Amino acid sequence: MSDETSDRRNGLRSTLASIGPGRGRFAIGNLLSTNSETTGMTANSGESETVGTPESEQTPAGIDSAAGDMPSSDRPLGTPRVDDAIIEARNLEVFYGDTQALHNIHMDIPEKQVTALIGPSGCGKSTFLRSINRMNDLIDVARVEGDLYFHGKNIYDEDVDPVALRRKIGMVFQKPNPFPKSIFDNVAYGLRVQGKDDNVEEQVYTALERAALLEEVEDQLDESGLDLSGGQQQRLCIARAIATDPEVILMDEPASALDPVATSKIEDLVEELAQEYTVAIVTHNMQQAARISDKTAVFLTGGHLVEFDDTNKIFENPQSDRVEDYITGKFG
Amino acid sequence: MSSESIDLSRSGNDVGSLGDRIARYAFFSCAFVTVLTTLAIILVLVNGAVGFFREATLVELLGGTLSADSAAGGLETLREGLAVQVTITEFLLGTNWSPLIEPTSYGVLPLVWGTLVVTVGSALVAIPVGTLTAIYLSEYADESVRRTLKPILEILAGIPTIVYGFFALSFITPTILQPLFPQTGTFNAASAAIVVGIMIIPMVSSLSEDAMSSVPDSLRNAAYGLGATKFEVSTQVVVPSSLSGILAAYVLALSRAIGETMAVALAMGMLPQITTNPLEEMQTMTSYMVQVGISDVSVGSIQYQSLFAVGLTLFAITFTMNVLSIWVRSQYREEYQ
Amino acid sequence: MSVDTDPEFDFSGSAIERKRLYGKLFLGLCISAAMVGIVALIALLADVLYEAWGWVTWEFLTYPPSQVPDHFIPGNYGDLDTGPAGIYPAIIGSIYLIVLTAIFTLFLGVGAAIYLEEYAPDTRLTQFIEANIANLAGVPSIVYGLLGLAMFVRALQTGASLIAGALTLTLLILPIVIVASQEALKAVPDSMRQASYGTGATKWQTIRNVVLPEAIPGIMTGIILSLSRAIGETAPILMVGAAASMFTPPQLTDPTGAFSAMPTTIFDWITLPDEAFQHVAAAGIVVLLTILLLMNATAILIRNKYDRRA
Repeated sequence: MSDETSDRRNGLRSTLASIGPGRGRFAIGNLLSTNSETTGMTANSGESETVGTPESEQTPAGIDSAAGDMPSSDRPLGTPRVDDAIIEARNLEVFYGDTQALHNIHMDIPEKQVTALIGPSGCGKSTFLRSINRMNDLIDVARVEGDLYFHGKNIYDEDVDPVALRRKIGMVFQKPNPFPKSIFDNVAYGLRVQGKDDNVEEQVYTALERAALLEEVEDQLDESGLDLSGGQQQRLCIARAIATDPEVILMDEPASALDPVATSKIEDLVEELAQEYTVAIVTHNMQQAARISDKTAVFLTGGHLVEFDDTNKIFENPQSDRVEDYITGKFG
Repeated sequence: MSSESIDLSRSGNDVGSLGDRIARYAFFSCAFVTVLTTLAIILVLVNGAVGFFREATLVELLGGTLSADSAAGGLETLREGLAVQVTITEFLLGTNWSPLIEPTSYGVLPLVWGTLVVTVGSALVAIPVGTLTAIYLSEYADESVRRTLKPILEILAGIPTIVYGFFALSFITPTILQPLFPQTGTFNAASAAIVVGIMIIPMVSSLSEDAMSSVPDSLRNAAYGLGATKFEVSTQVVVPSSLSGILAAYVLALSRAIGETMAVALAMGMLPQITTNPLEEMQTMTSYMVQVGISDVSVGSIQYQSLFAVGLTLFAITFTMNVLSIWVRSQYREEYQ
Repeated sequence: MSVDTDPEFDFSGSAIERKRLYGKLFLGLCISAAMVGIVALIALLADVLYEAWGWVTWEFLTYPPSQVPDHFIPGNYGDLDTGPAGIYPAIIGSIYLIVLTAIFTLFLGVGAAIYLEEYAPDTRLTQFIEANIANLAGVPSIVYGLLGLAMFVRALQTGASLIAGALTLTLLILPIVIVASQEALKAVPDSMRQASYGTGATKWQTIRNVVLPEAIPGIMTGIILSLSRAIGETAPILMVGAAASMFTPPQLTDPTGAFSAMPTTIFDWITLPDEAFQHVAAAGIVVLLTILLLMNATAILIRNKYDRRA
């Protein structure tokens, strides 16, 4: 209770605090990498490993021609461009007050696939996720620079209403947060606020069905959402997010507060959802990312996207040594 | 890159009902009422005070000057309005307050003296009692005692001040003071100071306890580790560490005592005089205002205007103390956060 | 203890003994200080009840006051041509006053709290408004009385009316109501707001459908406690010109009419020289404290009922 009721400004303070050590680790990480590696490639690892490295070594041929809006010097390792991108981040930077939480992010999120964002805590993966549906707008001191395109439209343009955006890009949070309303009203909430309340009942049932929750709660739709177990609550939140039929669903460590059984149910559900929705999921659990995602983005060292590629490439043959260290548990 | 275009504008998505756009301004207006209240208080007091010291109030001066036929006429009105009625020196330094009875005299010092006597007297009651209660609640009392004691003190704070006035007249003076000091008058400053002191005990104790509770346990443990007793930890570690919070509580409580009206008006009498004997009748700034309030002075008379001059003095004093208290407290907040 | 006094460790050394004694004395002092408040409260209530004993009757609650003290004495009721005397018009006056004050503060106080908690950016203006509210809470109530007198009664020409009294009390308790409502809004977990924004709700939808329903019990508790302070306030309505005693209760349909309220009536009785009026005043205080007690009990009930989920 005390956590939840604490001042929101404190919450922000802890966010900022968690960024601080990340920055510190960045410096140490650089020191280690320059010490341990004898190949000349990372000798110039200042802001990012990719600075000044020859393009031909990292990026597959064919991308360069299309990447006019992606300066080569800032590009992460791997394959940051995809053909069927629904979301494209270009030179995206996020600041909390004077602290920079994201540096020069360039990456695409493909349509109707699962994209995992992984990295140590404080690396900016959640910040990136929250900048996709402009949840960062809700933090007073947060400031976003650069571009983020959704269907080719820059969502940070003046004429974009964040509420309209969030109706197309839904979100599921780290801690299950059902409203203190009935199960039915929880799922119907989004429909009602968006004015899609024609046949609410049918839509609620569909959403619960898709979230694999209907069977368990069919007889207790009038009971409070808070009476469900943690895993059920999170599936209720997923049902609430998909009830309004968004195109993209953002998930911020949706299973981190759950037990293994509930976690595996959520994982199955995520794979299921990718048939109809684009899913971007933040996780600190690398096995989870490996199991459920098609693409994986690795954030390291205080807000740098280091590598982005197909999940199997990232886990089997990462190009960055630091990503390899991270994945094999040597770092982070 | 996906080439299909998408409309994310507010109008294209029917986002934001009328309520959404109005709500922000409506709520801001509500919050702004508090600012207007402060402005209105200052305006009302200053306007009336100008009318007390000069022949016309601020509003009358402006109105008269602006509505005059010619510039010369306006100037003449202004000059007449600005004619001195009571000098500020007489008001602030005069030792005779006799606004209702001829020959009139407007020295505010007897009222300030009466206020001072009540404030100091109530501090003598509330500060030791309130502080020791706070130490007990914060350092000694277990949870169940705390849970009984605090609501009882809250009740004390919630009782209307007029009831305290009745209590002073019907109990403190006849049952306690007069048997001890036979020369005690029916109306006397001591009984007023005692009941006001009782009234502000909860304020001192709860605000001080808040300050003491926010002293981190690590400090206490450090002292215990050095072999200190609970008494030493309480008086030599906890109280000094939370001193600014405790002082802020004192200032706030005393500010409340200065502004206290009904108990004082009932218990202390209506005789403005400077005397060192607390068993005599005196008058405070607030009880003078009550006296005028229940009498039949006509609007615009100097007695009516004197309300605002005294009110402005009172407001200036309490305002200064409130700001002081907030400042002192902000000092201590920085210590532990 | 210095090292060279005694090689054997001595737990009953005189220095420690003395410390323990001080500790006990200090604790005794603290407990007696804590008792002062309790004893004062008991003495106050006992005094009021003792003076009022036998004077609070049904007739006292239902008849208008009188200048003749004998009319209040229960034993005389039967012999009176005018009927018994009581506090009825002032009870009604106080209730109407509080109802109007409640309506005004509900909108202004909750509205201001919503602005400050949910909308206000962290700017100088916001900080100024917050500091200003803290300051207003410390302005003596009689100064609000002067404000009401000059602004409502004179400038806005409301006269010494119910509406002037209610508006004055509204401004008086507004800072407390705002702060209490802000606390209630702060207690709504931020995850609830995020969940709502995440489904594409607008700010107003989020406040109306999620934040307010959660905060309302806390807000109601705060408002009722503030109103229970307002109902006992004497100085402001005295300055505004509430009548000492009226023989007919005011009409809620005519808020510009004159009125009397319990505190002003009680004040009048206390100041009357006749000994009997001391008992009448005590009876009035018993009625006032009973109403206060009922309001506080309601607030506590609301708080307990909705606090269970915590």
